[in-house]
Amino acid sequence: MPQVVFTANLKRHIDCPTQTVSGQTVRQALNNVFAEHRQLRGYILDDQNNLRKHVVIFVDGQTITDRRALSDAVHESSEIYVMQALSGG
Amino acid sequence: MSNQIHVSTRKGLFTFARDQGSKNWQISDVSFLGDPVTMSLFDSRDGTLYAGLDHGHFGVKLHRSHDAGKSWEEIAVPVYPQGELVGQFPSPEGAPEVTPQPASLSYIWALEPGGADQPELLWAGTIPGGLFVSRNRGSDWELVRSLWDLPERQQWFGGGMDNPGIHSICVNPQNSNQVSLGVSCGGVWTTPDAGETWSCQADGMRADYVPPDQANNPNIQDVHRLVQCPADTDSLWVQHHNGVFRSTDGAKSWQELSNVPPAVFGFTVAVHPHDPNIAWFVPGVKDECRVPVDGKLVVAKTVDGGQSFEELRNGLPQEHCYDIVFRHCLDVDETGDILAMGSSTGSLWTSENGGDSWDCLSNHLPQIYSVRFVK
Repeated sequence: MPQVVFTANLKRHIDCPTQTVSGQTVRQALNNVFAEHRQLRGYILDDQNNLRKHVVIFVDGQTITDRRALSDAVHESSEIYVMQALSGG
Repeated sequence: MSNQIHVSTRKGLFTFARDQGSKNWQISDVSFLGDPVTMSLFDSRDGTLYAGLDHGHFGVKLHRSHDAGKSWEEIAVPVYPQGELVGQFPSPEGAPEVTPQPASLSYIWALEPGGADQPELLWAGTIPGGLFVSRNRGSDWELVRSLWDLPERQQWFGGGMDNPGIHSICVNPQNSNQVSLGVSCGGVWTTPDAGETWSCQADGMRADYVPPDQANNPNIQDVHRLVQCPADTDSLWVQHHNGVFRSTDGAKSWQELSNVPPAVFGFTVAVHPHDPNIAWFVPGVKDECRVPVDGKLVVAKTVDGGQSFEELRNGLPQEHCYDIVFRHCLDVDETGDILAMGSSTGSLWTSENGGDSWDCLSNHLPQIYSVRFVK
């Protein structure tokens, strides 16, 4: 089953351990994560259920292309990395 | 007399406290160190402390504490229902079409308790322009449809921000069903019936940043901050984008005061809790140059309802000062004697005598977003 890994920056704010979940798309995999970690949803998705503007997701090293529906396919052995854009200040 | 101040900053929530009778304010607690805390609220009805955070990448969050900040729990944030849009639609006749954007919470710009007779009720003003209400101390939030669904709301626009927002919420302490909002840019909106109906009440305001034929349109006024005198709730004050305005008839009409020294531009205003004729402002040069006039920080105070103003400088930097005091960064305690203000460059001052003289508590805090007495 795909593995979902979250940036260490997010772990400062909320419990989000690396997880192995079922799913054939990024959306399905994340929904399965959120089912166990309800509060995590608002950190990754906005009100309209889109990927937050400054969050990026890599699947097996490639950034996903569908930031709205999160329909990018994942495979049994896929690694899904949820990262943040860099910023200063 | 207040002995505690919550200072929300770009890198944490700082609590300043002092012993009763002492003038020695000290940092007594720091929460969320390193994280942007944009707003705090101490709810005197039940002792709960709230903190609004903006994590940037990971969105806006709300936390509450039952033990004065020793521990926190994350609670719900206002959420815009799926399919809601912001943007000017339909476009006015002759104007270019603007593509509406999905509505998504980008900032909690105001957080206020309901009246004493409304336990657990909270109001939140947000960017992009939604007013939300919670009836259970922030555990759930509901978009106030009666305002959001008005066609006039769709004409609001951002002033300095990408989208419009509600930054001021005044709950009438004598009638908590009556609530007044300051909107940037959308004038002043009031409800007499706890949000069932709303009307725009900015007659008399003037905007010099729109075509002349639109200058007096109440719904495009860029109110920077709205405050209401608790002892005389018909008296309201506004620091506006291009001026200072006062109402003495419950926001039905507004009078411009063009005699504020050294400038009429600014972001904030505070009103005396017992005397509606006393108000304080912190002027800057003007829209295009947002710094103190001549590099000297000044608090402008009136004690006669705006007929005259005094420039208060004692204890404030008078050389190469570039501090700006934003909307929520000037507060007055329940006596009307003690003031606190924080700046865009991390300076914090208090006054024990209504602003006649000021003491600097720090020049080294992170950028300050909100200053609130516990009262």
